Amino acid sequence: MTGLDFIALLPLLILAAATVIVMLAIAIHRCHALSAALTFVGLGASFGSLWISACRVPCKVTPLLLIDRYSLFYMGLITVASLVVVLLSYGYFEKLDGDHDELYILMLVATLGSAVLVSSNHFISFFLGLELLSVPLYGMIAYTRRRPLPLEAGVKYLVLAAVSATFMLFGMALVYGALGTMRFDQMATQLVLPGFDPWLVIPGLTLIITGFGFKLALAPFHIWTPDIYQGAPAPVAAYVATISKGAMFALLLRYFYQIEAQGQAPVMTVFAVIAIVSMCAGNILALLQDNVKRILAYSSIAHLGYLVVAFQASGQLAIIAVGFYLVAYFITMLGAFGIVAVLSGSAGDADSLSDYRGLFWRRPVVASVFTLMLFSLAGIPVTAGFIGKFYIVAAGASVAMWSQIIVLVVTSAIGLFYYLRIVVAIFSDSAGSADAGPAIALPGSVALGFLTAALVFLGVYPQPLLGLIRSLPPG
Amino acid sequence: MNLLNIVLALPAAGFLIGLLLPKGNAGVARTFALIVSLVTFIASLGLLAPVMANHAAMQWVTDVPWIASPNIHYHVGLDGISVWLVILTTLLTPICVLLSWNYIRQRPKEFYIFLLLLEFGLAGVFCALDLFLFYVFWEVSLVPMYFLIGIWGYDRRIYAAVKFFIYTMTGSVLMLAAMIYIYGRAGTFDYPAIVGMLNSGSLRFGSAEQLPLFLAFFLAFAIKVPLFPLHTWLPDAHGEAPTAGSIMLAAVMLKMGCYGLIRFCLPLFPNAARQSGNWIITLAIIGIIYGALVAMVQPNMKRLVAYSSVSHLGFVVLGIFSFSQQGADGAVYQMLNHGISTGALFALVGLLHERGHTLEIKHYGGVATAAPWLAVAFMITSLASIGLPSLNNFVGEFLVLQGAALSYFPWAVWAAIGVILSAVYMLWFYQRLFFGKMPEAVKTHVYDLKAREWLAIVPLIVMMVWMGTAAQTFLPSITAVNARILEQSKANVEFQVKLRNEPNRAEASVEPESIHVR
Repeated sequence: MTGLDFIALLPLLILAAATVIVMLAIAIHRCHALSAALTFVGLGASFGSLWISACRVPCKVTPLLLIDRYSLFYMGLITVASLVVVLLSYGYFEKLDGDHDELYILMLVATLGSAVLVSSNHFISFFLGLELLSVPLYGMIAYTRRRPLPLEAGVKYLVLAAVSATFMLFGMALVYGALGTMRFDQMATQLVLPGFDPWLVIPGLTLIITGFGFKLALAPFHIWTPDIYQGAPAPVAAYVATISKGAMFALLLRYFYQIEAQGQAPVMTVFAVIAIVSMCAGNILALLQDNVKRILAYSSIAHLGYLVVAFQASGQLAIIAVGFYLVAYFITMLGAFGIVAVLSGSAGDADSLSDYRGLFWRRPVVASVFTLMLFSLAGIPVTAGFIGKFYIVAAGASVAMWSQIIVLVVTSAIGLFYYLRIVVAIFSDSAGSADAGPAIALPGSVALGFLTAALVFLGVYPQPLLGLIRSLPPG
Repeated sequence: MNLLNIVLALPAAGFLIGLLLPKGNAGVARTFALIVSLVTFIASLGLLAPVMANHAAMQWVTDVPWIASPNIHYHVGLDGISVWLVILTTLLTPICVLLSWNYIRQRPKEFYIFLLLLEFGLAGVFCALDLFLFYVFWEVSLVPMYFLIGIWGYDRRIYAAVKFFIYTMTGSVLMLAAMIYIYGRAGTFDYPAIVGMLNSGSLRFGSAEQLPLFLAFFLAFAIKVPLFPLHTWLPDAHGEAPTAGSIMLAAVMLKMGCYGLIRFCLPLFPNAARQSGNWIITLAIIGIIYGALVAMVQPNMKRLVAYSSVSHLGFVVLGIFSFSQQGADGAVYQMLNHGISTGALFALVGLLHERGHTLEIKHYGGVATAAPWLAVAFMITSLASIGLPSLNNFVGEFLVLQGAALSYFPWAVWAAIGVILSAVYMLWFYQRLFFGKMPEAVKTHVYDLKAREWLAIVPLIVMMVWMGTAAQTFLPSITAVNARILEQSKANVEFQVKLRNEPNRAEASVEPESIHVR
């Protein structure tokens, strides 16, 4: 480790320091606003330090971490998303009784774990990052512990994360046993040599994919998702839906890119099946739901399925498609859960479809933002989601994955129906009073305003972001 | 910033500024919408001059890069067909505002700004010259229409709006996939560039490619037209939409499908289009007769007019796929005619509904006594819709029938049955509404046209007479563009015929793979 390494590691170090500072601040003076503000500043400083690190990349910090433009980009995405979640959490938890300060510590640790994940280059850092991300999430999901649903969701997530970590570990052990290395960049060279045992590598990779499948909530490993999303407090659900999945997906792309798995037919077949099953399951099961958070959960399953389609199309277009789609997915999911968060009161989350009936006539701005988010999820033009979906289809078409594209097109059309159900509810006549309810706290409005602006800007003028993503080789 | 961009920007700016208008104040909202749409209409008239001077070439072209990779441009322009459709859109928007003046009492601000957004999307569809941009406008026009039906419609509005949205979206997503495929082959979304490549032979779609691509585009357009048997969303959407929604839907939105067929399907996939011509025409003729027969027995005024649209638009498809100059000219002319006369029919039905508060025909009767001028306006519009000589539809139907007869005579015979049936259902419809015994409700509620309503209806009636008597104002520019489109679609076929040295073009187009071996 040299001084240069520390500069490259600056975003991670700041996150770690911010965790300690918030913890000390809580020990000295317990104050929700102060903890949230310190967390916000810490995340902001970490985001700002990305530009300092950018001067030193690419840089291998020990064999464990590889800090390059790719990991910095995803770190930036993760920290900005965390900033948004902090803003949403402040307004959300302020309405509830009890102490909320520890949530921010957990969130900072989870963000640190995600940042380690996107920069890992080794099974050890991979697993470290994974656990750093998962363990705080148990606490975050069950944070409003006096309510029954969050507690149940927290325990479910604990069991699930433990199981997926076990799969992952066993898979890593098998791959290590066959190849004799845990470094991603060395695996590729080992894989081209003859003499390794494919009967260790293929099951190993399959187990690792299973682990990924659990964490990304890809079908058929998706069963937990709706329960967790429904149970978790809305800002935490936003965190699980975006940051936790986004970090895993960025790692998935880098790992399989580095070991050049695009050439391995069995591995790609597994992904093709996963993508098709996820798109179908997510979009069709969402039709049966009446709870907005559950609808969003199934929708996120489908969206991860779309991402896997893009992931399989190797090459530049796939990297652009995945990168752009992840950004669009982050914006829309944060926005959608953000709406749920700002509308929720002390009685419970506003997640039943009837809570949204006539929303447009009570709160036109909030309702318009939600409608835009839903249109983006449905992939309607002038939103980031449309450009993202366009790139995914383009990436798939460039390598002629027609069966998956047809499934994507057909299931998106089905998906339209449940997004429209929410839109219909929003615009239907409100049966009750025209009472707008309490005003939305400033942090929440700032967060939603930022997300809406980003959504429309990327939908109309995606060029700057596309240019940035183009300059990020994941290897 | 040329005039076309201004015409596009005005309603978009109106939409954005309209968001800031005070909530619930109908007076401000409708005045604002009327001013914006009138200014847009006047500005759009200025688009005509250069197009009239040079019919076939694209005018008012703006081409600026939008997204670098894939290469997407903001590329718009107008030729002798699209200019008329843009003007049709801008003409009908202020008329819709006038007709909604007192009718829309709930949430007026939202209604009018959605109407302006709709105008923006529809006008954009007709001038987009980049496939991606075309798709964007296509979808942008879908969203406000969905809200117009879903919020201000009648009882079953939600069902109708969702059905409309999902039908259209399903077709258009397939079209998007086909566009991306074309991009993969041509390396550009630029429509003139792609047509240029096809004409010069540097880009060829083999039959294995052409047919699926054609079908993907065709399905999106046929749903929108709507062609039998994909028409089932239309009566629901019309039956539930508010007056302005019905007018814009029938008069302009259905034309998006027709326009797409003639602008994209024919020049881009000539072989597949000709190969599929026979069964498409069969569907069109079924639509003409079926639509007319079903219209005859509708108890609901709006559904009756909706089914008559299915019938009329069958003529448009028949004209386009007859692959003759007259047929294509008639089809385009019929697109404009249908916009004017069916727009007027929906307007008048809307006025009746405003008075009688029901769409059921059986609740009316003897309206001619209660509202003689309304009856006159309705009579002229009905006669135009039937195709009476000296009114607009006659010219279009005549040209379509002539074109169909030149291609294959029995088609014209079958289609002519539709013309006869249209007289049956329209006159019977008129008789039931305006003559006979007058129910008490009609006597007390139905009053004659007011000044504002005159203002909305008269321009349409003037257009009916003008287009019926002075078709030469419109036809030369349409003919010039159609000639070029037919030439483009023929070029490919003839090329094959020569190459394969086979007289039967249908057989030749089955195996166009050989063209790659050039």
